[in-house]
Amino acid sequence: MGWVFQALLVVALAWVAHVAIGNLYDNLAARGLKLGFDFLWQEAGFEIAFHLVPYTSSDNYWRVFLVGITNTLLVTAVAIVFSTILGFTIGIAQLSGNWAVSRAARIYVEIVRNLPQLLHILIWYNVALRALPAPRVAIGVGDMVYLSNRGVFLPALTSDRPGLLVIAILIAVIAALALFRSLTSYAERTGRAVNAWLPSLAVLVLLPVLAVALTGTQVSVSLPQLKGFNFIGGWALVPELTALVFAMAIYNAAFIGELVRASIEAVSKGQREAAAALGFGWWWTLRFIVIPQAVRVLLPPLSNQYLNILKGSSLAVAIGYPDLVGVFTGISINQTGRAIEIVGMTMAVYLAISLLIGALINLFNHMTRIVER
Amino acid sequence: MLGYLRNKWTLAAGCVLAAVTVASAENGDTQKSIKARGLLNCGVSSGVQTGMSTLDSAAKWNGFEVDFCRAVAAAVLGDAEKIKFVPLEIKTAFATLQSGGIDLLARTATHTFVRDIELNVAWPGAYLYDSQGFLAKKSLGVKSAKELDGASICVSAGSNYELNLADYFRKNGLKFTPVAANSRDQNEKNLETGRCDVYANVLSALAGAVSKLGKPDDWVVLPELISMEPIGPVVRKDDSRFRDIVGWTLNALIAAEELEITQANVEKLKASSTSPEVQRLLGVTGDFGVKLGLGNDWALNAIKAVGNYGEMFERNLGNKSPIKLERGLNNLWNNKGLMSSPLLR
Repeated sequence: MGWVFQALLVVALAWVAHVAIGNLYDNLAARGLKLGFDFLWQEAGFEIAFHLVPYTSSDNYWRVFLVGITNTLLVTAVAIVFSTILGFTIGIAQLSGNWAVSRAARIYVEIVRNLPQLLHILIWYNVALRALPAPRVAIGVGDMVYLSNRGVFLPALTSDRPGLLVIAILIAVIAALALFRSLTSYAERTGRAVNAWLPSLAVLVLLPVLAVALTGTQVSVSLPQLKGFNFIGGWALVPELTALVFAMAIYNAAFIGELVRASIEAVSKGQREAAAALGFGWWWTLRFIVIPQAVRVLLPPLSNQYLNILKGSSLAVAIGYPDLVGVFTGISINQTGRAIEIVGMTMAVYLAISLLIGALINLFNHMTRIVER
Repeated sequence: MLGYLRNKWTLAAGCVLAAVTVASAENGDTQKSIKARGLLNCGVSSGVQTGMSTLDSAAKWNGFEVDFCRAVAAAVLGDAEKIKFVPLEIKTAFATLQSGGIDLLARTATHTFVRDIELNVAWPGAYLYDSQGFLAKKSLGVKSAKELDGASICVSAGSNYELNLADYFRKNGLKFTPVAANSRDQNEKNLETGRCDVYANVLSALAGAVSKLGKPDDWVVLPELISMEPIGPVVRKDDSRFRDIVGWTLNALIAAEELEITQANVEKLKASSTSPEVQRLLGVTGDFGVKLGLGNDWALNAIKAVGNYGEMFERNLGNKSPIKLERGLNNLWNNKGLMSSPLLR
């Protein structure tokens, strides 16, 4: 009997989809609008203030789409890293035996998480803009880093073969991680004291240097210099980006701090007492007894929080950071009128990134699960 | 901020409605639904645009765009106050018009090929000929736009000014960094705080910005004007009857200035004028209003509500306003301007 209702439900859903799509086409036809992705190859014609992939106003809308995706990914990734570091600190501080520290952390959580994220972003953006000086009187740190209301200007590595450099660094990071892991597992297996840090760091530094030397790639450091209205050279982080990262890291750290506190408290008290009885100090108890067990409780809600960071990054539009929603769903829709295609593509991107983050966390979860013997 | 969020919701609701309701638009539908509703839904800029659309402390709307909405409401409904003003940023304005959220967009929207053909919306006329320029702090010491290489430039996100700006710099081989904000308000704030060196927009908007920022002597508009912007009311293309009504309401206001009909003398002229042109416009003779599907007093009502074109300009943007924009190209054709009306015959 059950399958009859299931079949009816499927038929009903198909009918709703049919009517919705039919209406969409009728309405578009009635308004003289058309569907299609041909607009992606049209010249966009507008400039974008901040982009990781090369872009000029003569590039097409497909390039705008890529700029939007990379800008969204950048702000999400950086915000995740900073909010995680800050969140763990806040979470552990809340459990500190020091009354002042734990109270301060508690007050931080209560104030920050009860204010809307948009308000955080607007406050940081306006504070950052108003407090910082104009480029001509920028705050300089050793002639290398400059801080002004046009953004943070950092020294940048420039190369005639940037692709090679990126690949070399990626390989070095992976090799260094693999070496570190195999050395520590060797140490655990044999009980011998092995310094895993030094060789790993050496690999991390030497591999790219070797790659550059062997291929004869030109690498130079470009320092930001004041020329005319703005700083030229170096790497410019626009204030919209810094404000967004600050606001999102601070806001989400409050939630992550709560998750960390709750998952540490979920580890039964007996475990800590047993560790103390075995003569473990504070750090060893945390590192080898509490955290490995707390992580299993922490991961599912943490992945949820990471997805919130991704979706929250679209609030960037309020301060004009050129993320996917800003440049593609905002400006591009207005210039081309292709709302349905553009909104569809944007939804697909957010869905894909969300699923990817979910999959990565699941993988990590799988790696840290209790191994039954 | 509230307005911004509300616009987002209006847009979202409009898109959903457009997708799930079957609305077959026919000629005359817009006018019919305005009459059935008893309200004209009119899209204007955000409500903080000095001279264009402002909401005063008594919750009354003022400005050039607002007055044009009033003229159309007076022509269609006979009452200039029966309007729901919908404040819109340019980013959401056309989508809201297409989805039926507003009947008429009386915003500073420039007529461009892509909007006309690809967005399928129509400009029944132009009520402002404006030019895009640059506003800079005098203390910056810039004398010409050609000196702006490397500058940070404030501009409205999703506007055609953004495109003009990129074209101009590309043409001259100069570089710039755009600071694209969603609203004029945010642009003005960014200019004031020094987030950008100059602000690129049409002259009417720059004049509005100066009057809002105060200290007019601190600011300078650079001599280069990089575009000519025919700005006008926008309607959906599928209803040519409503397009005619909006177009001829504008023509009536321009013709009224040429015929020296004003808000003050319109009733008197209706009773006493012997000019056949004045008589036709004010519905004493002929049935132009009926042919548009309106009353014969359509033009009379519009002029009574906002005055003629010249009065509307001077009150909101010109010498009788805080902005003091020169009339220039917006003078009548017989006064070295571009404003003219097709013949009322």
